[in-house]
Amino acid sequence: MEPPKGRGKLALRDARFAWLMLLPTVIIVSLVVILPLFAIFWISVKPIDLGDLRPTTLVIRENVRTGGEVFEVDYRVRNSSQEAPIADAGFTDMIPSEIELLELPENCSLSQENNLDCDFGDIQGGFRERFRIPATITGSPDVAVDLAEESQPRVRGDADSVLTNTEFTLDNFRKLFDQKEFITVLWTTLFYTFFGTVGALVFGLFAALLLNTSFRGQGILRGFFLFPYVAPVIAVAFTWINLLDPFSGSINTLIVQMGLTEEAINFFGQRPLALIMVTLFEVWRYFPLSFLFILARMQAIDFDMYEAADMDGASPFQKFWYLSIPQLLGILSILFLLRFIWTFNKFDDIFLLTGGNAGTRTLTVNVYEQAFGISNIGAGAAVAVIIMLFLLLFSFFFFRFISQEEGL
Amino acid sequence: MKHLYHGYITGPIIGIFWTLVVSTSVSIFMAFATGGAYLPTLWGSILSGLLLGLLTVRYQNHLIIIPAAFLVAIILPFVGLGPLAYGDSIPLSMQGLSSLLFGIGTGWALVKYLTDCSWGNLSRHEFEEYFIRFLTGSGLVFFTAIVLIPFYVMVMTSLKSQQALLLNPLDFSLEFEKGWGLLRSYFELFNEFNFGTYLITSFVVSVTTVVITLLFSVPGAYAIARFRFAGQGALSRSILLIYMVPMIVLALPIYVVFSTTGLRNTLIGIILIYPVTTIPVALYMLQGYFRGLPTEVEEAGLMDGLSRLVVIWKITLPLSLPALASVSLYVFMIAWNEFLLAFMLLDDPKIFTLTRGVAMLNSSEIPRQHLMAGAVISTVPIITIFMALERFMTRGLTAGSVKG
Repeated sequence: MEPPKGRGKLALRDARFAWLMLLPTVIIVSLVVILPLFAIFWISVKPIDLGDLRPTTLVIRENVRTGGEVFEVDYRVRNSSQEAPIADAGFTDMIPSEIELLELPENCSLSQENNLDCDFGDIQGGFRERFRIPATITGSPDVAVDLAEESQPRVRGDADSVLTNTEFTLDNFRKLFDQKEFITVLWTTLFYTFFGTVGALVFGLFAALLLNTSFRGQGILRGFFLFPYVAPVIAVAFTWINLLDPFSGSINTLIVQMGLTEEAINFFGQRPLALIMVTLFEVWRYFPLSFLFILARMQAIDFDMYEAADMDGASPFQKFWYLSIPQLLGILSILFLLRFIWTFNKFDDIFLLTGGNAGTRTLTVNVYEQAFGISNIGAGAAVAVIIMLFLLLFSFFFFRFISQEEGL
Repeated sequence: MKHLYHGYITGPIIGIFWTLVVSTSVSIFMAFATGGAYLPTLWGSILSGLLLGLLTVRYQNHLIIIPAAFLVAIILPFVGLGPLAYGDSIPLSMQGLSSLLFGIGTGWALVKYLTDCSWGNLSRHEFEEYFIRFLTGSGLVFFTAIVLIPFYVMVMTSLKSQQALLLNPLDFSLEFEKGWGLLRSYFELFNEFNFGTYLITSFVVSVTTVVITLLFSVPGAYAIARFRFAGQGALSRSILLIYMVPMIVLALPIYVVFSTTGLRNTLIGIILIYPVTTIPVALYMLQGYFRGLPTEVEEAGLMDGLSRLVVIWKITLPLSLPALASVSLYVFMIAWNEFLLAFMLLDDPKIFTLTRGVAMLNSSEIPRQHLMAGAVISTVPIITIFMALERFMTRGLTAGSVKG
C-alpha cells in the first residue's frame, strides 16, 4: 500500500486549531506593532509637528458679566490654528430660562428650546471674534450666572488634519541629511553599539570564568553580579549621575583626594568623555546577561575533555585558549549579534544619563530629540525609518546565522 | 618567560600585583566608609608586596603571613614607604584598622594563591596555576566592587541630609543619633509625594501585564511549538523580528495615536500597551520550552480521548509550571522597570507608576537624597523578588535571551 500523500483531515484540523490559538496574539500584535510601524512611515513623509496632534477646532470661551442692571453674555471665539481653515464652523449653547437675550447678532438664532445657535460658515486660520449680547435676568443673578456658565457651548466645524490628508513631503529626510550633525549621530551610534556590545561580552566572559568554579559564596556572588541588569534603569542611571557628579559626586571627591586629578571631572558633560561613560554604563548594565549565558554554556562543556588535556600536560591558559574558547565561540557570536541589535536599539540609558548632550546623541535618542525636543514629529519619524532600515539589514544577518542555532 | 618559572620570582611578582590590588581596595573601602583621605602608594605597595611574596613562598602559613602583612603596613610608613598613606585628619585607630584590613587581605589571599609553591624551579603548569588564582582573586574583588558600590552609594545617599552630602560627598558614615530621622527622605516620599500609591500602581500594572501576556502567549506558543501549519516559519520569524523593533520607534506612533484618541495619560492606555511589548518575548520563551516537552505524554492523553484543550490544561500546563514562573517573573521585571512609555504617556502625578514617579524627582528643586530614596524604593521590590526566586529568574533571563 502507498503511504498517504498530502495533508490529511487531521493535519488540516490541527492547522485550523493552531491558527485559532494564535489569532488573538496575531491580532493584538499587528494592531499595536505592525500598525505603528506603518504609521511611522506615514508620519515620516508628513509635514507635521507636535502642535498638529491637537485637531484644529473652534475654541470658544463664555463669560457672563454683570454690570448693575444690565447683564452681558460674552462669547470669545477663535480658530485654534493660525493657518488651517475650518469649514461650516459654528456653535450652539443652551441659555437658561432665567436669562433673556435682548438682541441677537446677525448670524445667530434662538430656537424654541432657548438654544442659541451661531454659524460662521467657512473661516480662515487665525479667525478671531468676540461678541457681547445684552440680556436681562429674572431671579437671583448669581444662580443665573452659574447656570449660564455651566452649560458649555458646543462647537462644530470640519477641519483638515495634517495627519490624514494627502499632503506628502520629503522635507523631513532632506533636512535630516542636510544636517552635518547626522553623520556625527551615526558615528556615535556605531561607537556606542560596537564598544558597548564588545565590552559587555568581554566583561561577561571574565565574570563567567571567575564563577565557573565552585566555592563558598559562589551562588550569592552570582546573584550580586546580576543586580545591574535586574534593577530599574532609572534607579541605576540616577545613581551613576549622582556618583559621578562634578560638584558633589563621591567618585570625583575620591580621585581628587587620591591625587589622580587636580580638578573634578565632568564625566557626563564633556566630549568625548561623556560618550565613553555612557558606553561604560552600557557595559556595566549588560555584562550580567552575557555572563549568565556564557556561564550556562561553560557548565555544559564536557569535563572529560579537560581531563584528557590534563593528561597531555596542557597548561591552564592552553586549556582556556584551545578548549574553552572554541566551545564558547557559538554562544559568543550569537550574543554578539543579538546584543549588537539591542544596544543599537537602546534609548533609556543615554536619555537618562546625558539626555543626548555632549556628543552622546545616538539614532534612538535623535528620534526623541527631533520629535519632542524640537517638536517636529515628522523628522522624528524620519529618523525612526532610518533605524528600521538598519534593523532590516541586521535581521538579514540575524536570520542567516542565528536561525539554525536557535531552531527557528 | 622561562626565567619567571622560579618560586623566588613568581612569589614576589604575584605579591606586588596583589598588594597593589589590596592597598587600592582598602583605600577605596575606607574612603567610602568614613569619608577620610586614604591613598594607596605605588612604591610602598611594591616594596611590601616584594617582601610578603618572598615570605609567603618561604612560609606558607596564614599565621605567619597575616601578622607579617599587618606589621609591614604598620612599620613601613615610618620609613616613608608604607603601602597605604593617610591624610592629616585620619586618627590612629583608623590607620590601625586599615592596616589590619590590609594584613588580612594580603596575607590570607597570598597564602591561598601560592599554596604549594616551591622556592626553586616551577613548571609552566604550576606558574600559570598560581597566576590564575591571583587573577581570579583580583577579578572577584573588581567585579564585586563595580557591582556593589553604586548600590551602596544609592542606599547611603538616601539616608544622608543635604548639608552632610555637600560637606563631604564621600562621607557615608551613618548618624545613628538621628534615629528615625535617618529615614526622613522615605517618610517624605510616602507622605508628600504619593510613593505609596505609585508602589501599588506599579504593582497592579505589572501583575496585569503578566496575566494578559500569559493569556495571549501560552496558546500562541503552544500552537507554534506543537502544530505544523502553513505560515508557521514566517510567523515565528516575524515574532523574532518584532522582538527586535526598538521601543522608541513604536513609542512615537503610539504617542500620536494615544494623543488623538484620549488614551494618553490613562492607566488603561499603559495596561493596553505594556503586554504588547512583552508578548513577543513570552511567545519566544514559551515556544522554546514547549518544544522541549516530550510529546508522548500529550499523545497518550489524546489517545485516551481527551480533547486538545483538556490535554493542554491538564497535562502541558502543569508540566510547564516552572517555565511559566520564569516567564512571569521576567515579564514582571520588564513591566516594573519600564520607563520610556510611562515617561511619555503619563503626565498626571496621581496615576504615575514608580519609575515615572522617580523620574519626577529628578529636578533641581528636589534634594538628591529624595531621588536616591526613590531609586531605592523602586529597586528593593524587584531585587527582593529576584533574590527570593533567583532560580526561576536566571532561567527566565537565559531563555528570554538578550532582550534589554
